[in-house]
Amino acid sequence: MSTLTIDKAGPSRKVKYGSMSRDRAWALRWSYFFLVLFAIFFLTPPIYMLITSLKSSAEISAATNPWWVFHPTLSNYAELLTSNQFLRFFWNSSIVSIVVVFITMLISIPAAFALARMKFWGSATLATGVFLTYLIPDSLLFIPLFKMLGVVQDYTGITLLNRWYVLLFIYPTLTVPFCTWIMIGYFASIPKELDEAALIDGASWLQTLTRIFIPVALPGLIAATIFAFTVSWAQFLYPLVFTTSIDQLVLPVGITTTLIKGDVFNWGQIMTGALLGAAPPLIIYAFLMDYYIAGLTAGATKG
Amino acid sequence: MADVVVDRTRVTRATGARKGTSLRNALGRKSTVAFFLTLPLILLIAMLVLYPAFYSLYLATLNKAMTKFVGLSNFTFLFKRETFWMVVQQSCIFAITAVIFKALIGFIVAHFVHNIPGKKQRKWRGMLLVPWVIPPAMSTLAWLWLFDPSYSAFNYTLSFFGVGPIPWLGDTFWARFSVILVNVWYGAPFFLIMYLAALKSVPDQLYEAAAIDGANWWQRIWYVTLPMMRNIIAITTLFSLIVTFANFDIVRILTSGGPLDTTHLFATWAFQVGIQSSDIPLGACVSLFMVPILAVAAIFILRDVSKRGNEA
Repeated sequence: MSTLTIDKAGPSRKVKYGSMSRDRAWALRWSYFFLVLFAIFFLTPPIYMLITSLKSSAEISAATNPWWVFHPTLSNYAELLTSNQFLRFFWNSSIVSIVVVFITMLISIPAAFALARMKFWGSATLATGVFLTYLIPDSLLFIPLFKMLGVVQDYTGITLLNRWYVLLFIYPTLTVPFCTWIMIGYFASIPKELDEAALIDGASWLQTLTRIFIPVALPGLIAATIFAFTVSWAQFLYPLVFTTSIDQLVLPVGITTTLIKGDVFNWGQIMTGALLGAAPPLIIYAFLMDYYIAGLTAGATKG
Repeated sequence: MADVVVDRTRVTRATGARKGTSLRNALGRKSTVAFFLTLPLILLIAMLVLYPAFYSLYLATLNKAMTKFVGLSNFTFLFKRETFWMVVQQSCIFAITAVIFKALIGFIVAHFVHNIPGKKQRKWRGMLLVPWVIPPAMSTLAWLWLFDPSYSAFNYTLSFFGVGPIPWLGDTFWARFSVILVNVWYGAPFFLIMYLAALKSVPDQLYEAAAIDGANWWQRIWYVTLPMMRNIIAITTLFSLIVTFANFDIVRILTSGGPLDTTHLFATWAFQVGIQSSDIPLGACVSLFMVPILAVAAIFILRDVSKRGNEA
């Protein structure tokens, strides 16, 4: 194989040799050209959200150039941010996401610690099982979970369906497996000498975890936290199935069901709501991009 | 396996020397601690993932009122319905086409980002990952507005090129196209990031050696880049196949399965049948049809993941 390529490309190499830097420059120019094209493709919807959110409904229905704002107004923002209903959605989403992050961390950090360091009977199987659980999608489980919640509600008399707090139990099924998986990776990469030193100094398992593992694996912890938050914030199927009353809805479901169901599609407000709903993950991403990307890639590379 | 033995003796020696407790006590303590640390995880998975998964198998064998056992008649009922076969077909078209385009765009854009100077890469990467960060339910609303039948901004732009108004969501072909387009838009950045990370891990010496051997750019990609990235390409593609196959948000918001149920996927159809028409057994039955494909993909992923583990 290699001899073949040498023979074939042998003569042409001399010709190319001198123009190497010119080739590079052209490759760079083409790269930028295509990157701009793809950036336009990737950024059109969010930018269009912003454009529409600054328009009044009169301007939207006037069918002028949709890509430009002729009379920018913040009335959509003012209206949504003073509407009790929208603030309720935002509050529900925030409380659910934040509590789910805490529950996720409380479950996955100790479990990852045990799976990464204390090899016990079945630990390897359990680690694989955790990874497999991560591959089970929400669209497979929403129907049995819906029925289960109904059955539990009938037996115990505790209202579970149509209550936002039921999401606190359901969301961890989406966040815990992946967070445990990446934390196992981060914990396993900590040198054994560190916890051996801690053991020699007389630290208990708990102290080793809180004083050594958590501080050293902090980047992984931040990545896992970001993941858990964005997944809980974006989740659409479970709240759509489990909650229906307006005061129990979280943001994605609230915007799609209440703002869209009106007689007139108020696109200005829908886009404003969508943009405000996308803001928390975008802000987190803007400030903690490196952790975000680390978490994203860790899932597959830290096998 | 060697780690286990070494670790255990070390622990017992350390604690034993310090406190003078017996060996058995220390051993017992360690596995007890480990058990309690993993107990919440095990309970969560068992109660809210494994149990519902098997429960849906049971549900699928009941009649609509869930009062009596009907065996496999829900399944045979589905096999006779034309809509079901359309859903199977559309799910496969949707998942395969979307994953291929996501992988291609991700691969190409990753190369462009890799080509430009290091300092600017961060900025571009940050911009190109935005679709993945926005919650899909929110960004799909923006697409819905871009595809609006009377105010579509795309049709406005296309009208300047003399291309007539396209019924983005009204016509079967275009609705399928739009749904795939939005999914590609949302998922391609994920591939981009994975491939970019993989590209950076290919040693420069290999490209230098290839250049000395006179390889052109195509040969460099085919004989150096692709073999080095094979594992990550496989894992990313299989993972994305699972996620795309089980997709719900995009189709639900964009078309709700219409026109005439032609864009339904398993997830959205199961939702319509099981929750909206409250035929829970039939809905469970529909979603169970995702299992074979998910299982096959999962087996391959697991094989690749464990292979990576052995290499490292």
